[in-house]
Amino acid sequence: MFESLSDRFESVLGKLKGKGKLSEADVDEALREIRLALLEADVNFTVVKNFCARIRDRAVGEEVSKALNPGQQMVKIVNDELTATLGGETIRITYNSKPPTVVLMAGLQGSGKTTNSAKLARWFKSQGRHPLLVGADLQRPAAVEQLRTLGRQIEVPVFSEDTDPVQVAKSALTEARKTGRDVVIVDTAGRLAIDADLMDEVRRISEAVDPDYTFLVIDAMTGQDAVNTAEAFHATLELDGVILTKLDGDARGGAALSVKEVVGRPIAFTSTGEKLRDFDLFHPDRLAGRILGMGDMLTLIEKAEEVYEKDQAEAAATRLLEGEFTLEDFLDQMQQLKKMGPLSGVLGMMPGIPKEVKNAQIDDREIARVEAIIRSMTPAERVDPDLIDQSRRVRIATGSGTEPARVGELIKQFKEMSKMMKRMGGAGTKRLTKSRRKVAKGKAKGPGGRSTGAGRVAPKGKAPLRLPDFEADLGGSKPGGGLRLPGLPGGPESDPFGLG
Amino acid sequence: MTVILIIVAVVIVLGLIVGLGFIAPRNRRGSLEPPSKRRTLVDDRVVPPEEVERAALVEAEVAADLATHVPVDDVVVEEVAERPRFRDRLGKARAALSGAMGSIAGRSKIDAETWDELEEALILADVGVGSTQELLDHLRARVKVDGLSNGEELLGALKAEMANRLSGFDRELKLSSDSGPTVWLFVGVNGVGKTTTIGKIGVRQVREGRTVLMAAGDTFRAAAAEQLGMWAERAGAEFVRGNEGGDPSAVIFDGVEAASARTIDLVLADTAGRLHNNVNLMEELSKVRRVADKGDGTVTEVLLVIDATTGQNGLVQAKQFTEAVELTGVVLTKLDGSAKGGIVIAIHDQLGIPVKLVGLGEGAEDLVSFDAHEFVEALFA
Repeated sequence: MFESLSDRFESVLGKLKGKGKLSEADVDEALREIRLALLEADVNFTVVKNFCARIRDRAVGEEVSKALNPGQQMVKIVNDELTATLGGETIRITYNSKPPTVVLMAGLQGSGKTTNSAKLARWFKSQGRHPLLVGADLQRPAAVEQLRTLGRQIEVPVFSEDTDPVQVAKSALTEARKTGRDVVIVDTAGRLAIDADLMDEVRRISEAVDPDYTFLVIDAMTGQDAVNTAEAFHATLELDGVILTKLDGDARGGAALSVKEVVGRPIAFTSTGEKLRDFDLFHPDRLAGRILGMGDMLTLIEKAEEVYEKDQAEAAATRLLEGEFTLEDFLDQMQQLKKMGPLSGVLGMMPGIPKEVKNAQIDDREIARVEAIIRSMTPAERVDPDLIDQSRRVRIATGSGTEPARVGELIKQFKEMSKMMKRMGGAGTKRLTKSRRKVAKGKAKGPGGRSTGAGRVAPKGKAPLRLPDFEADLGGSKPGGGLRLPGLPGGPESDPFGLG
Repeated sequence: MTVILIIVAVVIVLGLIVGLGFIAPRNRRGSLEPPSKRRTLVDDRVVPPEEVERAALVEAEVAADLATHVPVDDVVVEEVAERPRFRDRLGKARAALSGAMGSIAGRSKIDAETWDELEEALILADVGVGSTQELLDHLRARVKVDGLSNGEELLGALKAEMANRLSGFDRELKLSSDSGPTVWLFVGVNGVGKTTTIGKIGVRQVREGRTVLMAAGDTFRAAAAEQLGMWAERAGAEFVRGNEGGDPSAVIFDGVEAASARTIDLVLADTAGRLHNNVNLMEELSKVRRVADKGDGTVTEVLLVIDATTGQNGLVQAKQFTEAVELTGVVLTKLDGSAKGGIVIAIHDQLGIPVKLVGLGEGAEDLVSFDAHEFVEALFA
């Protein structure tokens, strides 16, 4: 999601970037487009109005920066405001000094409360806590059973009893103290914000357990009504934050922007997929970068860190730069990549991917096909693809259920790619250790247009659409600077994928 | 094959990023989370937590979503039978909202502010920017031609135009004239209320004297089939289910065969909720649709269930689903909340798919036929 919104923003702001001087008319024109883009993304009408007014004030107002030209300044202002509207900082979960820490989940029917209770429990578990799930949704028989199933999957105990929701919540606290669980997550039944009886019930639950955190679960596909819902729940429960679900759809997620603005509570967590681990803290600043088409490297790296075997990856990278990268290594790397979820998600987080590529429907089975091709090669072939002649190609194609042409294509592209990497590796390993250290350092304060730090967008006129830190640290070896990773073109104008 | 190139590029680049120790300083997170995080992560890796999930989980989500809004109360189901009209049902929700339209209707002249307010009201009802602009342009022309001079007339013209756009569709739920059973297929994203809708329709159809079989094509999770089974019991319908994780097409095919053998009139086929941008799941759905038609049964209705709170994404959903399974209509659920479901206007306008039923509450009798005039009135209530 957010992709279409970012497309729109990119084109609007792209027009401004080159300008040495911004007239009021330019600003208004851009704002009209921004307004349209936001409304189409289901951002609440009033929120859009205020958002645009703020940008206009700042853009037309005095803010002069010597470092940035007016066009870039506009990008910066939009980025700042977007970040502010999305909620500034990532929520910081603190724990009650007298355990258990209690979390209450509330929301409309069908927003995903039960699933996200379990996801949240898993998250707490990953933080080294000992959560207890509480099934206080007694309205429908299957709810508690479902929670139990989920609880089994993440190995978190589930408490419920056949009384009434308020009583269940109360007993759960006793149970938690007795069994030493330090976080209690109370799943409640879905209810309409206008249903006075049910809203009263959830208030009584809340009073009974005195939650440290009350989260409203909202579907990312929600339209203008998200604000009404959030307001109503906030009035009853005093929310601490919002959990935004179904972000793996293609909704543009305007609800995310609206809710924070109207209720003044941040998006705390987002749920981005069907699996229990597709759930994490929400980082507003990174999302702003993503909406503005600058990628989200931090999240990408974090995700990668979680799934990649570090030593193996390091060794592979070294070989890659030395030109010793084989198809065998490639296969290993691909296994790691697969763990990061659908390819389109990964692409979405990389900066500088042209939108034709991002939007192309990528069937993840293609990865399996590539894998099948490589697995159909002999070990010798994997190390030295030059061995592969026509006859071997046919054999590999048959073995993998593909066409000989595709085998050829894969080998060709693999070779080209590794050749480029080798060239990039330049002097070889000697530099590598050094540069690695530098990379790590550069991350903190690299000059390369950090895509995610608030307000540090594309300084010095560099397009933000590259892998900035590579550029800063490795690229220095080559005259002409920027290391343009093949396949990650330097900007939207190049189109090596031939999709344009 | 560009996909290969993309894959190669991503794999290599990503491998390089990680491999080079392109590793963000940990303390970036340190301030936010307790230090135990890191260790746990490592531990997790040793005992991979990922194994769990997908199928069961998704199921669960669907289950949660679907089931949540069915407080399947016998009381409600048994309550008979006088169909509530839109307005009675909506009264509760709408009273809570101040009528934005009141102030427009009260205006004695049409000025820029009137237009702004009108635009705001339409957008807040999720009608969407495109449709709103179009409606307002149309109205501007009408103001000149018909000499509309005050807010009330303007509002009248707008309602008439919207009702006009919503009219002229056939909203009957069709039964097959062939000898075999009629099949109605229900599709939609997660959590919109497919299973509930089937339950309610089943109750109504049985009341109208038809024999009904419900087929639990949502094989993704345990609770879905059980939930539908409960509705079947309440409605007095037959019920066919398959194994968890089984092929939904097969379950529905079996349902149709069973219905045929027992000379049952109508098969209501449930499917698992799926996001419309998930290519594989949409392909699965196409197959369900094809297979449902294969036996003695005839698919006469493929209904997309949409939640009234859905925003502009609803149009995309309708587009994708109709590409996959050729929708014959829409069921708009949860219209008894404060959301107004304006997106269905765009769905009518751009895709020509009519809303056939509207869900206005939890009981079976709260699922009513769509009425354009009342819907428009409710939009502005």
